Amino acid sequence: MYDSKKAVRRRRAVLGLLVACSLILLTAYFGESAGGGLHAVQRGFLEAVSPIQDGASRALKPVRDLFGWFGDTLDAKKERDQLREQVRQWRAEAIAGEVARRKAAGLEKLVGLDRDLGLSEMGPVAARVIARSPTVWFNTVTINKGSVDGVRPYQPVITGDGLVGTVSLNVAGHSAIVQLITDTKSGVATKVADTDVTGIVQPAVGAPNDLRLEFIRHADEIKPGANLITSGTSTTRLPSLFPPGIPVGRVTKVDQDEVDLYQRVHLRPFAELRKLNFVQVLTRPLREPQS
Amino acid sequence: MTVALGARLAALALGGALLEIVAVSQVSVFGGNADLSPLLVMAAGLLCGSVAGASVGFATGLFLDLTLVQTLGLSSLVLLGVGYWAGRLRELRDPQGPFAPLAIGALATLGAEAGYAIVQFLLGVDAPVSWLLAREIVTTVLVNALIALPVYAIARRWLEPSLPDSLRRRRRPARPGLSPLT
Repeated sequence: MYDSKKAVRRRRAVLGLLVACSLILLTAYFGESAGGGLHAVQRGFLEAVSPIQDGASRALKPVRDLFGWFGDTLDAKKERDQLREQVRQWRAEAIAGEVARRKAAGLEKLVGLDRDLGLSEMGPVAARVIARSPTVWFNTVTINKGSVDGVRPYQPVITGDGLVGTVSLNVAGHSAIVQLITDTKSGVATKVADTDVTGIVQPAVGAPNDLRLEFIRHADEIKPGANLITSGTSTTRLPSLFPPGIPVGRVTKVDQDEVDLYQRVHLRPFAELRKLNFVQVLTRPLREPQS
Repeated sequence: MTVALGARLAALALGGALLEIVAVSQVSVFGGNADLSPLLVMAAGLLCGSVAGASVGFATGLFLDLTLVQTLGLSSLVLLGVGYWAGRLRELRDPQGPFAPLAIGALATLGAEAGYAIVQFLLGVDAPVSWLLAREIVTTVLVNALIALPVYAIARRWLEPSLPDSLRRRRRPARPGLSPLT
């Protein structure tokens, strides 16, 4: 009887202690700034475990690829049909674009606005994704490049498909946390490629393939299929984190609810954010490209 | 709890969490992904009791939050609840069925996902929440239910050599009509 009571007391004490520790950590962490003590401990821990993560990530890549292959095969047929349709559309657009490009090149030379993306001049650093948060509430990945490689907070991160996100405040020597554009704290200034209508791309929790383009007035016409690119800096007082012209996503649906002040524009990101292997960090994003 | 069992539980929690963040969370299955941590914590609770389950949950959560630079204390709080619940389930009901880990794993995952959602809503979410979140949660619960049995079997095989007799011995279910002497 005595032992039983003792065991119950011990069990409750352990539970109470652990809950109290969690709540204290939660409260302290939430209340402090990004430069606070607990954040520093996290960065130190990240620094210490990132070599282990890197090694384990390399070792387990074949396993990841094997399981990924099953999923990819299931999706492949549907994706092939969609891509064929897209190729048909893009072929027609490419022909029209080629004509427009020749016209535009002449005009750009005239006004000195040779604004090629020039990403190679923005100090791209290739990095491998070594870890990913398992919950939908934190859309972050860990990369194997850090401050030693020139990676700093707020630098844009891209893949060959388009924009991925930005480097978060948590940068260690040889690793860094990247906040994806699907993270709840993300917001990207973008514009529609062909009409220059600008808005902010924000995520919706739980829907990684359904971003929202916010602050689009009803008067601005946006059609499904329109491509969105980063708008870059429009004022020198508040420079954008992203260089102009990086592909972000494609409009999938436009909801015109008269009650709302703005249209609700849905888009799918170009980058496959669930299947990131390699990314590039633009370490000099605000450098003007050489003409 | 013996030192050997504690060491094995620590290795299970840390090894499992590392495997989760470098491999499992990067494999997309039916549009979602598996979440090993609630399953491992559930297995620890179901095999070793509520105190061990809660401790493993707290440690696993702390490791995840530190490694992924997430809100510190959030995963610890959620996973210690899962571990404690699984441990109490063993202490009070001792589920014996061969598919019990599957059902308990699914419930543990559902509990963890619901716990994350509740705490996140309490802390404030900076973005609109889509109804697709429910689909994402259901997908994770289903995928976890599929892998719950092998994960439990691996955890049991790993922990069994260090389990004391009091934990290894399972209570026999009552059989009405039969004498205990037969």
